This record gives sequence, C-alpha cells and structure tokens, in this order.
Amino acid sequence: MLKLEHVNKIYTGHHALNDINVTFPEHQTTVIVGPSGSGKSTLLRSLNLLERPESGRYHFDNLTLDFKQSLSEKAILKIRQQTGMVFQDFNLFPHLSVQKNVTEAPIHVLKQSPAKANANAKDLLAQVGLADKADQFPASLSGGQQQRVAIARALAMKPKYMFFDEPTSALDPELEADVLRVLLKLAQAHDSMIVVTHNMEFARGVADQIIFLEDGKISYRGKPEAFFTEPTQRIHDFLSAMNFMAKP
Amino acid sequence: MTGGTWQIVTSSLPQIITAAIKYTIPLTLISFTLGLLLALLTAIIRLSPLRGPFQLIRGIFWGYVWLFRSTPLLVQLFIIFFGLPNLGIQFSPWAAAIITFTLNVGAYSSETIRAAILSIPNGQWEAALTLGMTRRQVLLRIILPQAARVSLPPLSNSFIGLVKDTSLASSITIVEMFTVGQQISAKTYEPLLLYSLVALIYLIICTLLTILQGYLEKWTSRYVPKQN
Repeated sequence: MLKLEHVNKIYTGHHALNDINVTFPEHQTTVIVGPSGSGKSTLLRSLNLLERPESGRYHFDNLTLDFKQSLSEKAILKIRQQTGMVFQDFNLFPHLSVQKNVTEAPIHVLKQSPAKANANAKDLLAQVGLADKADQFPASLSGGQQQRVAIARALAMKPKYMFFDEPTSALDPELEADVLRVLLKLAQAHDSMIVVTHNMEFARGVADQIIFLEDGKISYRGKPEAFFTEPTQRIHDFLSAMNFMAKP
Repeated sequence: MTGGTWQIVTSSLPQIITAAIKYTIPLTLISFTLGLLLALLTAIIRLSPLRGPFQLIRGIFWGYVWLFRSTPLLVQLFIIFFGLPNLGIQFSPWAAAIITFTLNVGAYSSETIRAAILSIPNGQWEAALTLGMTRRQVLLRIILPQAARVSLPPLSNSFIGLVKDTSLASSITIVEMFTVGQQISAKTYEPLLLYSLVALIYLIICTLLTILQGYLEKWTSRYVPKQN
C-alpha cells in the first residue's frame, strides 16, 4: 500500500502540493487529473522521490518516511526499485539497444543473470508488440514504440506500482492508441498503477479511483462514475475545457 | 635535392624518429592518460553535490583548474622543474614534464568533460534513478558513455595539441624530437630542412590521430541517427 499524509511541497513562493492526504490502493488504477500547473506531476514525482516534499509522511508497505527528516539512500533505493516510472518524453537510454534498455536495471540493480534478464526482456518486448525491435537503437523507433519500450523497461523491474506521467502527451493520436492499449492491458491485469493524464476518455475507461488536483490541493477523490456523471461546477468547467463533456 | 641534402635527410630522419618514439610519443600518451583521469575526477568532483566542509574539496579543484588555465604551459613547466627545487622539491626532467603536462591537460579537459556531462538531459538521470540505480551507477553506465561521444572532438583537440606541446619539454633538457632537430641543424647549418623534417613527423603523427578520431567518432555515434 502506498499512502501520503499531510504532504507539502513548496517551490519558491509556490505551494505545489498543499496538505495532500491520499491512499493508492494496490491492484487498482488511480488516475490523477487537473489543470496544468495543478501539481499532478509533482505529486507523482514525490512518490518516487524525484521531488522531496518539505513535510508530511510517506508510507510504502512497512516503510515510513518523514519528509522533515533527511531520507536514507537505502530507503530511497528500496522505494525506487519497487516503483516503475514512465515519463512523458520516454527518456530511453539512446546509447543502448532496445533490449539493453530493458535489461540494464535488472542485471545491474537486481543482479539478475544476463540470461534471465534477456529472456524476461524478450517476453516483455513481445507483450508490448516490439519483439522484432530488440536489437535496434531507440532513435530508430517512433515515439509510440519508444514509449512502449519505456513501459517494458519499467516492468522489467517487476515493480509493485507503476507510475505514468502523461505517457501519451508527446504522441500523435495514432501512436497514442498503441500506448493506451498497453496501459489498458496492464489495468485489466490489475497491476497497481498511478497515471497522470489529460486524456479523459482513457481516465474514464481505466480508473478505479480519480484524483482531481487544483492549486496543489485534492478537490476530488473517488470513483470515476461520480466524477464524470455528477461533477461539481468546477469539475464540469474543467471537463468542458478538456473538450470532454460530462455524459450521464 | 642535392646529394648532400639527401644525405642529411637520410642520416637525420632515423634520429628524429627515434626521438619521437623514445620521448614525444610516450610523453604524450602517459601525460594524456593521466591527465584524462585527473580531468574526469575533477569534473565529477566539481559537479558533485558536496555539502558542508566537503565544499572545500570542490573549491580546491576549482582553484586548480583556474590556476592551470590562467598561466602559460611553459611557465608551469619552468616553475615545476626550475622553481620547485628552491622549496626542496626536485624532479627529473622526465617527471617534471609528465607532471606539468598531466596537470595542464587535466585542467583543460576537466572543463570539456564537465560540459559534456552537463549536456546530457536531466531526464536520463531521472530515468536511471527511477530504475533504482545509485548515482554512481547512473554516472558510469548511463551518463559517461553518452558524455564520451560529446567530449570526443574537443578531447581529440587537446590530445593533438599535447603532441605538439611536448616540444616545450626541450626547454627542460629533454632531448625530444624538436631538440634533436635543433642539434642536427646547428651542426649542418640546414635549419629549413631540419625543422621541416621535424614538422613532417608532427604532421604524420597528428594526421594519424585525426584519422583515429574519425573512427572513434563514428563508433561512439553509432546510435545517433544520420543527419542529411
């Protein structure tokens, strides 16, 4: 279980996360939505400690961190090894082949044997429809293919949670569909996922829990049905602005 | 070419080439290798998030780079070989040359490596860290291999520059290629011929290095799409 309590993140003069209290249940998909600059990415990046909040508590299984104290390197590594992250702009390692992108961390972090890591990578690349691209370098792939490699790379660590930070924002609609299909498959397999997205259709389709962030505060947390069918005026305005009219 | 000139060429070339093999090439290779290691260490320390009293270490390395980039190589060589004995520190000409060239290459190349590391997008650090790698693993396995490609052309420049700068070692009694040319020229009164021969050997060495640089650039850029 992943849980944040009274978490605050402040950039100079800007309260990016304001007293965040939230639980991310296992085997469920939580989708975080909200206007640009509302703190969605900061929230996600705080979960794998790419951002360090100033205060609050972080619970991951039996591990508890107090952001007011300095965090041990060991705890940070433990959390990162059990959470996978997929970025908006893929961030594949350009100097490594697709296969090596997927095997790099299992071999050097989890100390898997190369044979095992390679076999696992082969399976994962097949799952995301890229078995034939294993020996290519990332630059020769389309954006959608690169993002699917990034998903396979994160999955190779067998994380408890997968985080997606606007995974399709940099993609054309046609390529976006391929990536969304992979995400949908993961959600249907009941992986524990936290997704930041602007794609409301997708959010409605996969979310078990929706979080609506605004000005660093959670202003809605609950089932997607109520979010989309009985929105408050503010959420209605947001959905309209996203060209996604609430449907009954 | 007269018979006398040809005779000078055939008798002096082996001596010049021997000096290149015995002094110029080893001096360059040893100094550059050590200098590169020092440069890497300096760049990493200057980029490291050292806090508290450890900031002093970063300050020391900053001072080293500042000092060696702001003074002429010949002056550095003279201070280390002729100046330090006044403080009771004495080096052989060979050791003084290697120390000076290493420190000089280290200072210049550290800036090249530092800039190359900084040119790698932050997303590469973040992607590797989120996979659970330590900062050391990220640096060694993800960042430096990419930074090597970026820094290869300017480092090759430094390397080729060093080949020629080793001629300064002649001023601290090392009988390298240039000194040999000078000595034969004094005996034969053929400075144009002798210095041209010396220049030719430098030209050949540097051309070979330029060709090697081309191959290395091609190899380190194998993952970068070709531009039209």
